[in-house]
Amino acid sequence: MCLAIPARVEQRLDNDMAIVEMGGVRKEISLALVDGVEEGDYVIVHVGYALNRLDPEEAEKTLALFAQMNALEQEASP
Amino acid sequence: MSTVRKDYVRPVDFKHGCVDMTHGGGGRAMAQLVEELFVGAFDNEWLRQMNDQASFAAPPGRLVMATDSHVVSPLFFPGGDIGCLSVHGTINDVAMAGARPLHLSASFILEEGFPLKDLKRIVESMARAAQEAGVPIITGDTKVVEQGKGDGVFITTTGIGVVPEGVHISGDRARPGDKILVSGTIGDHGVAIMSLRENLSFGTTIASDTAALHGLVAAMVEAVPDIHCLRDPTRGGLGSTLNELARQSDVGMRIREEDIPMQPEVRAACEFLGLDPLYVANEGKLIAICPPESAERLLEVMRAHPLGRNAAIIGEVREDPHHFVEMETVFGGNRMVDWLTGEQLPRIC
Amino acid sequence: MKYVDEFRDGRLARKLARDIAAAVLPDRSYNLMEFCGGHTHAISRYGIHDLLPANVRMIHGPGCPVCVLPVGRIDNAIALAREPNVTLCTYGDTLRVPGSGRVSLLKAKAEGADVRMVYSVADALKIAQELPEREVVFFAIGFETTTPPTALAIKQAEQLGLRNFSVFCNHVLTPSAIQSILESPEVRQYGTVPVDGFIGPAHVSTVIGSRPYEYFAREYQRPVVIAGFEPLDVMQAVLMLVRQLNEGRAEVENEFTRAVTREGNLKAQALVAEVFELRRAFEWRGLGIVPYSGLRIKWQYAAFDAERRFAIPYIAAADHKACDCGAILRGVKRPQDCKLFGTACTPENPMGSCMVSSEGACAAHYTYGRYRDVVEKSSNTRAQRR
Repeated sequence: MCLAIPARVEQRLDNDMAIVEMGGVRKEISLALVDGVEEGDYVIVHVGYALNRLDPEEAEKTLALFAQMNALEQEASP
Repeated sequence: MSTVRKDYVRPVDFKHGCVDMTHGGGGRAMAQLVEELFVGAFDNEWLRQMNDQASFAAPPGRLVMATDSHVVSPLFFPGGDIGCLSVHGTINDVAMAGARPLHLSASFILEEGFPLKDLKRIVESMARAAQEAGVPIITGDTKVVEQGKGDGVFITTTGIGVVPEGVHISGDRARPGDKILVSGTIGDHGVAIMSLRENLSFGTTIASDTAALHGLVAAMVEAVPDIHCLRDPTRGGLGSTLNELARQSDVGMRIREEDIPMQPEVRAACEFLGLDPLYVANEGKLIAICPPESAERLLEVMRAHPLGRNAAIIGEVREDPHHFVEMETVFGGNRMVDWLTGEQLPRIC
Repeated sequence: MKYVDEFRDGRLARKLARDIAAAVLPDRSYNLMEFCGGHTHAISRYGIHDLLPANVRMIHGPGCPVCVLPVGRIDNAIALAREPNVTLCTYGDTLRVPGSGRVSLLKAKAEGADVRMVYSVADALKIAQELPEREVVFFAIGFETTTPPTALAIKQAEQLGLRNFSVFCNHVLTPSAIQSILESPEVRQYGTVPVDGFIGPAHVSTVIGSRPYEYFAREYQRPVVIAGFEPLDVMQAVLMLVRQLNEGRAEVENEFTRAVTREGNLKAQALVAEVFELRRAFEWRGLGIVPYSGLRIKWQYAAFDAERRFAIPYIAAADHKACDCGAILRGVKRPQDCKLFGTACTPENPMGSCMVSSEGACAAHYTYGRYRDVVEKSSNTRAQRR
């Protein structure tokens, strides 16, 4: 697989570099592969490079999808 | 009046000097280093006698002895350094028999060119650790190797201790039904070290958990003398240590991921590097296995001690000829916790 | 950890497990391949197996770049590292992988080769700048996810005028491997491939987008659901695949919309296209020669291509004859069906690709799941006794 994790861009630095934060851990990474990243954005980080921006709205939608009750359950619950 | 003048000896230059071959040569330079640094810092009646050995009367009871070599890179890390680590490590090995540690010895292998100010810092840290633990370093040795043949400094410490009557703690005594406890958050030391390693550097506030655990052990043993096993999950972490105990005792284990204490930063750092925190080293934590009826009492005593505040019951021992350690995951599934394969390396995939 | 912890919620997992159980038709089986090692890892590490109905079977695919690296290329890397003036930089993953004669980069290092583990290709560039008198070679492995950073590093090296930096390129492509699983000549040897649907790559897809999978959903009539690497993502993808199969659909669906679009990361794609070109064929350990499945450095960047710089001869080395990796990677056999599994072949002493990295099908089963085999076996014997 390709180990990559979502991290928040805390501070943009020179040369497309940035400090990202995840769960209290910080790391300097490169934003050179993604245009228009702003501080506060979440990016997917792999081998020290941001691969893409994470879309918070889509993340919420997916979580909502998990929680969605299927028809059977809805009928079963009072 | 004597006509022989007292020799002038230039004091060791701890500010700018560095270790050279004469410091291990057996001559004056070595004697001076021993006197000015080691005897001064470790200061106790045995070292002051300047003998090649320390003599003391053995107290009644069963004696235990343990030895541990310490190599760590970097030598100084958040929460400690190789000095205090070498004191804590051996005290803990002695204490894991339920013993009260009595004395330590320390042996140094120094690399030519190693800055004396770093050596002084390390020795002072050892002295402080020994004093805080109440376990004096009563004999020692120093050797110097040529540049390129060591990694700054290697320290081997040996400790002896005495086991209180009625205490029989051993890795082969875990029985089906016993409870498994851990004294606090896991993975702190390994992550603190890795956060500093070249090419992996990332910022965390995690400090090594290096600590002498004999005080905690004394309280535990006093409250629950029938503790079956104690072990400190150092290299190989919690996962490998549980496997060691399972094999030694010819049993299996079942633990619950949810109950294993862990700092959020340790979890995050492990995510970054692709490591499993179950295999990350600890230097100030212990695993205890005790009969089920004593578990709550033991947990209470551990939590009352500053080094056991985050203690938790994480699982049970069970019968299993295959010695498997199984874990119920936070997700509600099950998996095995196997021995660590080789050394855990950061990975990208 | 935001966007991580929410996707590991055990309560939601049990709910999804109920949904899946309610959705599966009892009279059929669902053989689903998760292509990526990342999914294999999530399934093993979180024990997802226990949350799926018995007729949903997960088949672990070849999506681990370390596993599929052929022994010959490991031998090449070791030979490079042994060159007296070479410093070989590599990700930690490849260090323990044994080449011919059971020598690994870790062993070569112990014997004096200058091998350095790096977290990022940028660290290798830094080392090249710090050691101008050394030839610094970066051992590049990985799928489409890991390729853009390598491309960037090559361009940076050019801008910096670095003459002592080169890349030993082993980047491979996911879609061609999936295709090979479905239609390679070996399929005849193994019989029909029993894969009903695919869980598509997570992070690879952030770069290449979901579009490349549309072709074989259509061509091979197999549904593909692109999913994140967190355990709830995997469960949701299983549910989506089950529904597609029940309804007779074979579409590309995207569960990982928070990071994957249809087009992917165009900037990264352009960069890769600028620096790399397709190889006509590349060997995958366990799968054999796969057409158009690997990348090499373009002629215009030849100065940074270690293969041209050091004239590396490729000598293929075969895996053990009894090794069943080829069948396991195609879902025809399970790890525990291989005679070598857990006996001659263990994570300490891997014989085939699936045991090489913790992400491999066999290593994952050995490390996380082999206790189940004992349970399975003893319940079988109990059943027989009755």
